[in-house]
Amino acid sequence: MEFKEKLISSYLAFEEDLDLLDSVHQNRAKALKVFEKKGFPSKKDESWKYTSLRALVNFDYALFPRSEASIELKEVKKYFLYDTDTYKVIFIDGVYSPFLSNTTHDGLDVCLMSAALTKPKYRNLINTYFNKIASLEESLTALNTSYTKEGAFIYIPKKTVAEKPIEIIHFASGKEHSLWLQPRNLIVVDKNSQVQIIERHQSLKDHPVVTNSVTEVYAHEEAFVDYYKLQNDLTSASLIDNTYIQQAKNSHASVHTFSLGGKLVRNNLRYYHTGQHILSTLKGVTILEGRQHVDHSTMVHHSHPNCESHQDYKGIFSERSEGVFNGQILVEKIAQKTNAFQQNNNVLLDDKATVNSKPQLEIYADDVKCSHGCTIGQMDEEALFYLRSRGIPKKEAKALMTYAFANNVLESVKLPSLKKRINGQIARKLGVNLGFEL
Amino acid sequence: MAYTEEELKKELETKEYEYGFYTDIESDTFPVGLNEGIIRKISEKKDEPKWMTNWRLEAFSSFKKMVEPEWSNVKYKKPDLQKISYYSAPKQKPKYKSLDEVDPELLKTFDKLGISIAEQKKLSGVAVDIVMDSVSVATTFRDTLAKKGIIFCSISEAIQKHPELVKRYIGTVIPPKDNYYSALNSAVFTDGSFCYIPKGVRCPMELSTYFRINQAGTGQFERTLVIADEQSYVSYLEGCTAPSRDENQLHAAVVELIALDDAEIKYSTVQNWFPGDKNGKGGVFNFVTKRGLCHNRSKISWTQVETGSAVTWKYPSCVLKGDNSIGEFYSIAVTNNFQQADTGTKMVHLGKNTRSTIISKGISAGKSQNSYRGLVKVGSRAKNARNFSQCDSLLMGNNCGAHTFPYIEAKNNSAQIEHEATTSKIGEDQIFYCNQRGIDTEKAIALIVNGFSKEVLNKLPMEFAVEAQKLLEISLEGSVG
Repeated sequence: MEFKEKLISSYLAFEEDLDLLDSVHQNRAKALKVFEKKGFPSKKDESWKYTSLRALVNFDYALFPRSEASIELKEVKKYFLYDTDTYKVIFIDGVYSPFLSNTTHDGLDVCLMSAALTKPKYRNLINTYFNKIASLEESLTALNTSYTKEGAFIYIPKKTVAEKPIEIIHFASGKEHSLWLQPRNLIVVDKNSQVQIIERHQSLKDHPVVTNSVTEVYAHEEAFVDYYKLQNDLTSASLIDNTYIQQAKNSHASVHTFSLGGKLVRNNLRYYHTGQHILSTLKGVTILEGRQHVDHSTMVHHSHPNCESHQDYKGIFSERSEGVFNGQILVEKIAQKTNAFQQNNNVLLDDKATVNSKPQLEIYADDVKCSHGCTIGQMDEEALFYLRSRGIPKKEAKALMTYAFANNVLESVKLPSLKKRINGQIARKLGVNLGFEL
Repeated sequence: MAYTEEELKKELETKEYEYGFYTDIESDTFPVGLNEGIIRKISEKKDEPKWMTNWRLEAFSSFKKMVEPEWSNVKYKKPDLQKISYYSAPKQKPKYKSLDEVDPELLKTFDKLGISIAEQKKLSGVAVDIVMDSVSVATTFRDTLAKKGIIFCSISEAIQKHPELVKRYIGTVIPPKDNYYSALNSAVFTDGSFCYIPKGVRCPMELSTYFRINQAGTGQFERTLVIADEQSYVSYLEGCTAPSRDENQLHAAVVELIALDDAEIKYSTVQNWFPGDKNGKGGVFNFVTKRGLCHNRSKISWTQVETGSAVTWKYPSCVLKGDNSIGEFYSIAVTNNFQQADTGTKMVHLGKNTRSTIISKGISAGKSQNSYRGLVKVGSRAKNARNFSQCDSLLMGNNCGAHTFPYIEAKNNSAQIEHEATTSKIGEDQIFYCNQRGIDTEKAIALIVNGFSKEVLNKLPMEFAVEAQKLLEISLEGSVG
């Protein structure tokens, strides 16, 4: 049986303990029909031209873990941002782990999607926000919507600053031979509020795991949202991340994506605007090796005047790794004085490494400043020579230059401990210890 | 009175097409429709050898299996291929030995176009092959060229006289199955130009083809084949116009360039098909496939000035197969009123040390849409490939659009690829700066637009630059100083 059929036929079992008359469930049922009709995207779809899911979905994944797995804290502590106090929403094989988590309802809500979907006090929020910006047409998002059950739910009320960063971590315990996970997150940041969120997906054993995640983020007027995605999973795990962000006037929302691991990673990042003077930031560092494949697909839809967007993606590819960048800036006729910028720089270190880049501008307004730049090249030999002539060994010199290359993205990370962590990861990835912090 | 951008916009919108006249020449036109019979009839009419007829039929059979592609960023009503006549030729056709024998009506047409053949022959030293509707009507300067061994004639003549060359090269760069319109063209092409430059010869003059659609209800399907043998050089020019009609006429040409080792081909196009009136009615659909193949150390350079056509959909490309070969693409695309353009280039790097440069300038005014779509592909064996791309768009007014869709695929770590694109309008600060220095607004806009497209205009051959300037004037009159 093909995996698509399995997803459709297993739906009945999934429905069993759900309230079928609920409005949320109508969303689910509709979405399943979309997925049933469209199936998994293929390379024939323009937006999937460079990434094939065929090998990935040609496999029989378990959809529901048979038994609950538990993990010792000491096993996974290293994956936490341990030197900072944080709120934590932790899932093991898609199931909430109260033991590892640290949630709150004190002043702000950091809790579970399953709670939000069922408790009456959240009903209003769910009706207003759930599945409102996530694509109804895109098949993978629809698939996730149809299986909506668990994930993180974050609500920051007006004039509130979340004092601690929030960590959302999904562990795959490896208890199942293979696993297909579909977490669904909803994040609402009300007027004049601020929040920092860190998301990561981590397998503990090298069993095949695919995560098809959907996150909806609402940034209201004057809100600040910083979202960090750490993707440093085992090479047995794949991730399809769909993030939809809606911003109201004067809000700032930034997403930093650090793709250092995983087998196949696809990041769909979509920004929508509902007011003026919005700042949208999309940044990413990708460092790959082996046969890893990372695909960044971004879209910023400028539909109001006087907004700004910045996109900056850096990629370093060695061995047989493959990088894809597919960025789109869409400026509507009404969105005058838009300032949109898009940059994609890539370094190929080995013969067999591949980069496919497709930066697109679609502009219908005349008084705008839009530009994009894309480069593919190598390390500057002269700069390398300069460093080596000062007594820095080749490996370190290369690492220094890699840091410098990625620094534009790293320097805008606002959490010091996170920055340090990512620096460490990059150093480990490059196999060097520079003995100082950047 | 100060000349403002508003006025320029208005002028652009109301500017009429100058070449929209129709010449009443009796012509021999086939009934409308597309089927095997028509293709056989075209082949028969042209007295073609059997292999050519079979080649056409084969192309037609693969065409029948294809569907019209829809991926481009243009909207139009698909032409009904069954309602087009595939052959139309001025009736008093027989071969002309000298210009005196040419139908005076026809000569008048060319006079109106500003390309009096006689005058051209005397003054500019350009050899011209003129294709009206479907058939090549005059080729000038043939004897001078023949002395050097250069073959420059219509493709139907080449099929008769040089079948070995045609048979060897036709369809090698653009196979009939390449795409929907190339298959159609391969099946029904009626004429076009053929050019062969022998080994080591530097063509002493610019070669030029002039295309004109005259009859109503016809399509133009011409085929150009340029072969530059080892160490030769040729500069080739192409121009086109059509009468103003309410219907949309289809132009589906195929241009194949072959540059053998150490050869260089420079191919310049000034495209000025009827763009439709200011309400977007009528105009030519320009769906052209152009591609060049570079062997070792050879160079192909495309320069195009696109001002006409209701819908333009073309990507002159270079396949850099040989080591150390060079591909270049310089383009200005001006769209106005309801014109739509989806144009760009493909640079496919296969050989070692290959280089390519892409400079594309788009100017959109009125309610037009102007897209750049390009591909830079570096194969895994293409060591040290180098590409530089720059796409700039200038928007005039708030009803037009400018889009960029670059595709960059690198499979080799020694590749160096740069791509840059910007979109802007004429900056108020730029105009202010000029005003400050005593340059009035009209001149300032002229200066800026001229500067914007200069990189490309500079690439045109001298003889053509004048005409290109003239064509740019039609689209942007009052702004080019």
